[in-house]
Amino acid sequence: MAAESLERILGEHPFFGGMQEPYLQLFVDCASNVRFGAGEVIFRVGEEANTFYLIRHGRVALETSAPERGSAVIQTLGDGDVLGWSWLVAPFRWRFDARAMDPVRAIALDGRCLRGRSEEDHDLGYELMKRCAQVMEQRLQATRLQLLDVYGGGVRSKR
Amino acid sequence: MMVSLSDPMAPSPFRVQRVRKETYDTFTLELDPPHSAANGFSFAPGQFNMVYVPGVGEAPISISGDPDKPQTLIHTVRSVGTVTQKICAPGPGTVLGVRGPFGSSWPVEEAVGSDVVIVCGGIGLAPLRPALYYLMAHREKYGRVVLLYGARTPEDLLYKDELPKWRGHFDLQVEVTVDSASSGWRGNVDVVTTLIPGARFDPESTVAMVCGPEVMMRFTLIELERRGVPAENTFISMERNMKCAVGFCGHCQFGPTFICKDGPVFRFDKIQPIFATREI
Repeated sequence: MAAESLERILGEHPFFGGMQEPYLQLFVDCASNVRFGAGEVIFRVGEEANTFYLIRHGRVALETSAPERGSAVIQTLGDGDVLGWSWLVAPFRWRFDARAMDPVRAIALDGRCLRGRSEEDHDLGYELMKRCAQVMEQRLQATRLQLLDVYGGGVRSKR
Repeated sequence: MMVSLSDPMAPSPFRVQRVRKETYDTFTLELDPPHSAANGFSFAPGQFNMVYVPGVGEAPISISGDPDKPQTLIHTVRSVGTVTQKICAPGPGTVLGVRGPFGSSWPVEEAVGSDVVIVCGGIGLAPLRPALYYLMAHREKYGRVVLLYGARTPEDLLYKDELPKWRGHFDLQVEVTVDSASSGWRGNVDVVTTLIPGARFDPESTVAMVCGPEVMMRFTLIELERRGVPAENTFISMERNMKCAVGFCGHCQFGPTFICKDGPVFRFDKIQPIFATREI
């Protein structure tokens, strides 16, 4: 895919909303277009995390497994979502498996490249961290809500 | 005809026509109104009844049927307490006492001309189903209509036979998610609030109707605000310890209001100052 087209795609993605043009070009330099077939594993728990993905189309399941409990889906992601932030935090290893539920089209961003550029240019790093912090905050709030297991019943139904 | 309008404290006998198991602990009951109620049982979407099991007790239960079909009264009940277990237990032919309908309703008339987003969690879909029936029956009066529904697991989803039909409507966006699932589940896994950013509605011209556990509603209201839906266009159904259902006993007092009489459906900006106040 041409760099010009990648620039447009990245510029239109909510993750890059409001990002200045010169910075956007730096991300384009670290980006590539990828596809995954339905059922294909995108990454596995324990593997080195050096990439993250902006999902353009399709759905991805984040999975984990435990002995005697089998495989469980902990989250699904879809169009416009960001897949993965373990590439940003040492020791840079995936905590879960990611599997394409449908044919998936995404933009892969080279995390190692972005980490290096962020070290060289802290303004770029701050722009990146602001966006990743938002993804992490939303994930944290959702996880808290999941942990509360709120569908256990209310006052009205206790009688 | 409102069955027991003359004496709101006196239950009318309703005969159980059918009981359908929704989940392992939730049942939908179809009840025949008494013969004296020639026009059936009229109600507004969002209202509730006090359902009485003779010799056991009474419980407030939201009406979950179609307001345009008053010949049958429908309640979806979660069997978790002494009374609700007895309500769910009887087979066809059993007689239950019903007082109602009580309380405020979803603003389906006020929403005419607007987009409507329904956000519900768990059994919170039951009191919103009548509103959805109404919206679909008068579909031309509304803009976009969106249903966002969350449950604990796929097995906990209500109305499994109806969800695919609703999804099949080209003019209704239906998104369903569960908090956890095995890898065989093909749907979404996440909390219901995460469906809000991707829902198709114009926030400035949207009426939001929200029902579910209070914590879930708290998170939902934040997401709706983040999306730009004004508090005065957001409606929630509250739940407290309703007893008399007519504002006499004070059991369900919520600040200056009574949930049974002034609610259960409230415009959010009216109760925003006290919503989520722990002592209330």
